[in-house]
Amino acid sequence: MASVAEILKPEEGSAPQAEAVVVRFAGDSGDGMQLTGGQFTLSTALAGNDLATFPDFPAEIRAPQGTLFGVSAFQINFGSSDITTAGDAPDVLVAMNPAALKTNVKDLKPGGLIVADTGEFSDRNLAKAKYDANPLEDGSLAQWQVLAFDISQLTMDSVKEFGLGNKEALRCKNMWTLGLALWMFDRDRQPIIDWLRVKFAKAPELADANIAALNAGHAYGETAEIGGDGLKQLHVDAAPQPAGLYRTITGADAVAYGLVAGAQLANLKMFYGGYPITPASAVLHSLSKLKEYGVTTFQAEDEIAAIASAIGASYAGQLGVTCSSGPGIALKGEAMGLAIMTELPLVIVNIQRGGPSTGLPTKTEQSDLYQAVYGRNGDAPLPVIAARSPTDAFDCAIEACRIATQYMTPVILLSDGYIGNAAEPWQVPDVSSFEPFPVEFLETAQEGGLQPYARDEKLKRPWIKPGTPGLMHRIGGIEKQVNTGHIDYAPANHQAMTDIRRNKVLGVADSIPDQEVEQGAAGGKLAVVGWGSTYGPIHQAVRRARAKGHDVSHIHIRHIWPMPKNLGELLKSYDKVLVPEMNTGQLKTVLRDQYLVDAKPLNKTSGQPFRIAEIEAAIEEMIS
Amino acid sequence: MNDMTPVEKMTPKDWETDQEVRWCPGCGDYAILKAVQRTLPAIGARPESTVFVSGIGCSSRFPYYVQSYGFHTIHGRAPAVATGVKLANPELDIWLITGDGDGLSIGGNHTMHLLRRNLDCQILLFNNEIYGLTKGQYSPTSRVGTKTPSTPYGSVDRPARPAAFALGSGARFVGRGFDVSKNLPEVLTAAYHHKGAAFIEIFQNCIVYNKDVFNDFAAPKGAEDRQLWLKDGEPMLFGSEKTGGVKGITLDRDNLCLKVVEVTDGDWEAAGVIVHDVKNRSIAHMLVEMPFGPFPMALGVLYDDPAPSFESAIVAQNEQASSGKTPDLQKLLSTGQTWTVSEGGPEL
Repeated sequence: MASVAEILKPEEGSAPQAEAVVVRFAGDSGDGMQLTGGQFTLSTALAGNDLATFPDFPAEIRAPQGTLFGVSAFQINFGSSDITTAGDAPDVLVAMNPAALKTNVKDLKPGGLIVADTGEFSDRNLAKAKYDANPLEDGSLAQWQVLAFDISQLTMDSVKEFGLGNKEALRCKNMWTLGLALWMFDRDRQPIIDWLRVKFAKAPELADANIAALNAGHAYGETAEIGGDGLKQLHVDAAPQPAGLYRTITGADAVAYGLVAGAQLANLKMFYGGYPITPASAVLHSLSKLKEYGVTTFQAEDEIAAIASAIGASYAGQLGVTCSSGPGIALKGEAMGLAIMTELPLVIVNIQRGGPSTGLPTKTEQSDLYQAVYGRNGDAPLPVIAARSPTDAFDCAIEACRIATQYMTPVILLSDGYIGNAAEPWQVPDVSSFEPFPVEFLETAQEGGLQPYARDEKLKRPWIKPGTPGLMHRIGGIEKQVNTGHIDYAPANHQAMTDIRRNKVLGVADSIPDQEVEQGAAGGKLAVVGWGSTYGPIHQAVRRARAKGHDVSHIHIRHIWPMPKNLGELLKSYDKVLVPEMNTGQLKTVLRDQYLVDAKPLNKTSGQPFRIAEIEAAIEEMIS
Repeated sequence: MNDMTPVEKMTPKDWETDQEVRWCPGCGDYAILKAVQRTLPAIGARPESTVFVSGIGCSSRFPYYVQSYGFHTIHGRAPAVATGVKLANPELDIWLITGDGDGLSIGGNHTMHLLRRNLDCQILLFNNEIYGLTKGQYSPTSRVGTKTPSTPYGSVDRPARPAAFALGSGARFVGRGFDVSKNLPEVLTAAYHHKGAAFIEIFQNCIVYNKDVFNDFAAPKGAEDRQLWLKDGEPMLFGSEKTGGVKGITLDRDNLCLKVVEVTDGDWEAAGVIVHDVKNRSIAHMLVEMPFGPFPMALGVLYDDPAPSFESAIVAQNEQASSGKTPDLQKLLSTGQTWTVSEGGPEL
């Protein structure tokens, strides 16, 4: 991977080439860094680069200005080859104030480029960032290239003619910075200008000011280059992509659209019961706008009411869905048991965040796997699947709907804060290519009389909608009699029903594909086994290790419970198994338990995704 | 509801299930079950479109004994489940069965929000002032000093008042009755005809753990003096000449509160007795707060003033938001800022 530092050296000819570049925008949480990052992402996607992003922001909405904990950052990795992670170390850091510099500079590659706004490096802001001296002046940044200029003042100058107040004028700083970044990476400004026109349709003067700032930043790059003060343009070639229609999509939107698609494929209306929680609220927001797709959204009074109402809707014949994050999922536990006992379809999405308790609301973690697989009272099995990326979340949501309706069971879909917030380019799928799985309701009693708990060959019970004449019956959380569904506490009956519930869920494995190997051979020296959002770093780490000639394979598990039928044999065909997880070793435990394989954990719980290098190092250690 | 289907005449028997009723012999729940099974055929309810939803507790076993659809859910959450059922199918007629512990303690939050939203359903809160199914602990409606296994020295916390709680939560229908009262079906019928959340507090005698706590007003002897049965448009009178005189409820205008007045020669107007107006929310607030002892127990329909129901507002908004839009999943997925990759590279 070429670093920007390389291209900073004077070179002949036009903009030099790089395979991939990592840029991080960092500023105060009120500086609009997520917006800047989002728009840069779009322009990058339009330039045909493959990309991955990592938004990283504080839990506080507006933390005190200039403080270290109020820093909001957005990282994007883009390039001309396959990009699957947001990148390890940034090549370029845009630091809008001292706090942003302090909290992010340690991640920057040696020789990387710092773009800093000197206008914000006042004594007061330096003190807030706990700097004794101005780092832009004291030589402490010597290992990096520093481009420091007064972005604040340059922005004010560029929007002077629009008569904005100081505060409003300074708000255009992020667009100025974006303009500079667009110039640096040879990006088209027009889509951003179009977007600004739409965004500020009701305040054209703000649109004009922001556009002026954007253009000024861009022009500054050109002029500075001519002025020869070290700023150089870099061109990153388009990544080869299959022809088709593309868009960027976040994991949250992908889940929402996947649920809509899943409900359509099941020929059902959808009921979504939700309660606001970070980082899951985005799914509720997204679905609330889709009423014409037969979606009813209900913001309940709490997490329990959110799932309970979804269970009620499923009972009444719609597809009940609820979504939350760890603490909310914990509250839903008892109701999940009710859905298991009453055997109603239900999709439960967990956008995981750092825990336990309130934990790290805006940071990512994969620490709810035990909770998903085991976290309920009684023997309470339910299928669990995990999305590996924002776009994969779409497919996984459809899969969750399929299993829920075809097996009359609640299903947990695990995503995480990283997948939920991050965006990636997505080739829009052809809807007509999806396999429908229409639901059939029981309309007339079975031969010999109604049996609400009679079963088909998959052990699925019939779905009977209230309102159907002649099929009145009662269900509930008390143990059911086999077939009739009447209350029955008899020992043999509870044994039989426990077995049925277990076997029904295990039977889901009959309907899922065999586990594939993402990279490398089936069998060999080392398998790196992952799940969820660790896909990117594992993929790249294995790619690098293989490029060095190591016998390493990458296996990524979507179906966490039940697992694919061939998984045990597959894992046993490797000498060693490494399981990198953003938790203390949860999948590792399940794999050891299920298959008696000596899976070794590689764990990280810092609230940040794995770096490729961290996994690469663990691979080296296992191989040697 | 299938209004067009020819309806055969149903009887209380048609609303019984084949399940053995498992309440303690003599429990007030039996009488409430009978009252409901008498009311359902009388109001023309249809078993296939009727759903009984309950939480956990003695009262919440109720759905198993009614020949309709039934969902015995989890402790306190029946209002939330019922909300999902009704939003998914507004045609269904929902009866929510709960108790003082289920509906006011563990599920108080859900009860409050269901009432505030005004989901169209009937809420029957069986108040026996005790936790029966867990063997007799004091409940949120137990009177101060109630001695139970968990309060051997007597409870010290002040009780919640279900009807006042309901009205304070925004209920548009508040009724009261008691298990063995012959008037209970009348209150149930009024609740059924109220569009929106109809809350009925039903005093229920737990003969094992809290026997006869309501006898001071519910016992047949002296009932006339201790029960004020409210009827819309009729004066608030109780007692009789036989039992020491007819009395009425009037407004003490100086102190802005209710007071009891003697009515002589039947001239209640002269005594200033209030004529009950079920739509008067101010009077309703006074009635739910009216302390038993100095006053009779207010029973019947205390308040009944319908407002638009939650599910109808949701349906209307869903329809409005969808009108003129054709659901097209392919289009939805292709929204936002998109670009096309062709052999020659990306373009806007």
